[in-house]
Amino acid sequence: MKIKVFIERENIKKDIEIKPDARIIDLLKLLKINPVTVIVSKNKKIVVEETPINSKDRIEIYSVVSGG
Amino acid sequence: MCKICSERPVYVGLDGKNYCKNCFMEYVEDKIFKTISKYKLIERGDKVAVGLSGGKDSMTCLYILDKLSSKYKFDIFAILINEGIENYREITAKDAKKFCKKNKIKLIEFSFDKNFHLTLDKIKDKGISPCTNCGILRRYALNKAARENKATKLATGHNLDDEAQSLLMNEFKGNVSFSAKLGPRTGVLMHSKFIPRIKPLYFLTEKEILVYSKLRDLPITYIECPNSHDSFRNEIGKVLNELEVKYPGTKHSIISSFLNILPDLQNKYQHTKIGTCSICGEPAAKDICRACEILELNT
Ligand code: SF4
Ligand SMILES: [Zn+2]
Ligand SMILES: [Zn+2]
Repeated sequence: MKIKVFIERENIKKDIEIKPDARIIDLLKLLKINPVTVIVSKNKKIVVEETPINSKDRIEIYSVVSGG
Repeated sequence: MCKICSERPVYVGLDGKNYCKNCFMEYVEDKIFKTISKYKLIERGDKVAVGLSGGKDSMTCLYILDKLSSKYKFDIFAILINEGIENYREITAKDAKKFCKKNKIKLIEFSFDKNFHLTLDKIKDKGISPCTNCGILRRYALNKAARENKATKLATGHNLDDEAQSLLMNEFKGNVSFSAKLGPRTGVLMHSKFIPRIKPLYFLTEKEILVYSKLRDLPITYIECPNSHDSFRNEIGKVLNELEVKYPGTKHSIISSFLNILPDLQNKYQHTKIGTCSICGEPAAKDICRACEILELNT
């Protein structure tokens, strides 16, 4: 199944093919994103990497930008 | 589920335990409070200047110090440094100003353009990276503005990632004596014109601060400085994050090993002589301070 993902750092939306029992961490692996460098929200709520996802979820990935 | 209250988790700690929104925010605030008490960063009656850029680190630092200030009886104000970086600083500066106004925090503005008659964007490339110039001028500006406004401490938003990166950069460049100046509060350099510098977010990772600032809904535009990509710091940061994901806790270990030897480093390098700049009268390691060196090169 496909899931909609917004990657804030690149300001792009992508449709990603995932397995039915996929979790956030699997999605990050597919996208080759180091989980230490991002936080992820599912349907506007920040979630942990073990959170399951499905095709109806809206996923946003925020990068841990430096400089503060 | 959250290890404390079994709500939905938003963050997993290094120990593998889950935190929900409220427990996570409490964990962050508690960590900052403990850092302040353990290293005596702030005492009753202090007047703390907070270096503010409008980014997540300095805004979190200011937000929490503001929260603590009335309870623990110290004063705070913010110093907003505008280096003149187009398509970047004017945006974060706007957030910073709004935030201070809303929270009734006194704000001092220091722009490179007004005070140095030079913006970071206009500095000619003399083989020095923009971040090096930026760092030197910003430290100079913060110290001067803090002192002129009678601050007794100068707080910055430096976090665990920044500190681990600085340490490794010093190692790799053979500048280990520079590391004697690191740590949660100012190290070895003593000069009557230096305001002691403190880092309340010292033990928090960049990621923890991002999660906190989002959960608190701090008014921040999350953008990156256009100069940040080509810096050596950036490369070191990447390597550290790769190690961190393979060996969780790496950054904390680097910092705790460092804190173990810091007193020895400080002992060894405390005799570094600090004089006074012959041009501007600010502290200087040589005859002329590094800020004046940059400004001279660009007139
Ligand atoms: S990334 Fe470099 S140039 Fe940009 S604000 Fe930070 S130190 Fe300055
Ligand atoms: Zn909880
Ligand atoms: Zn000078």
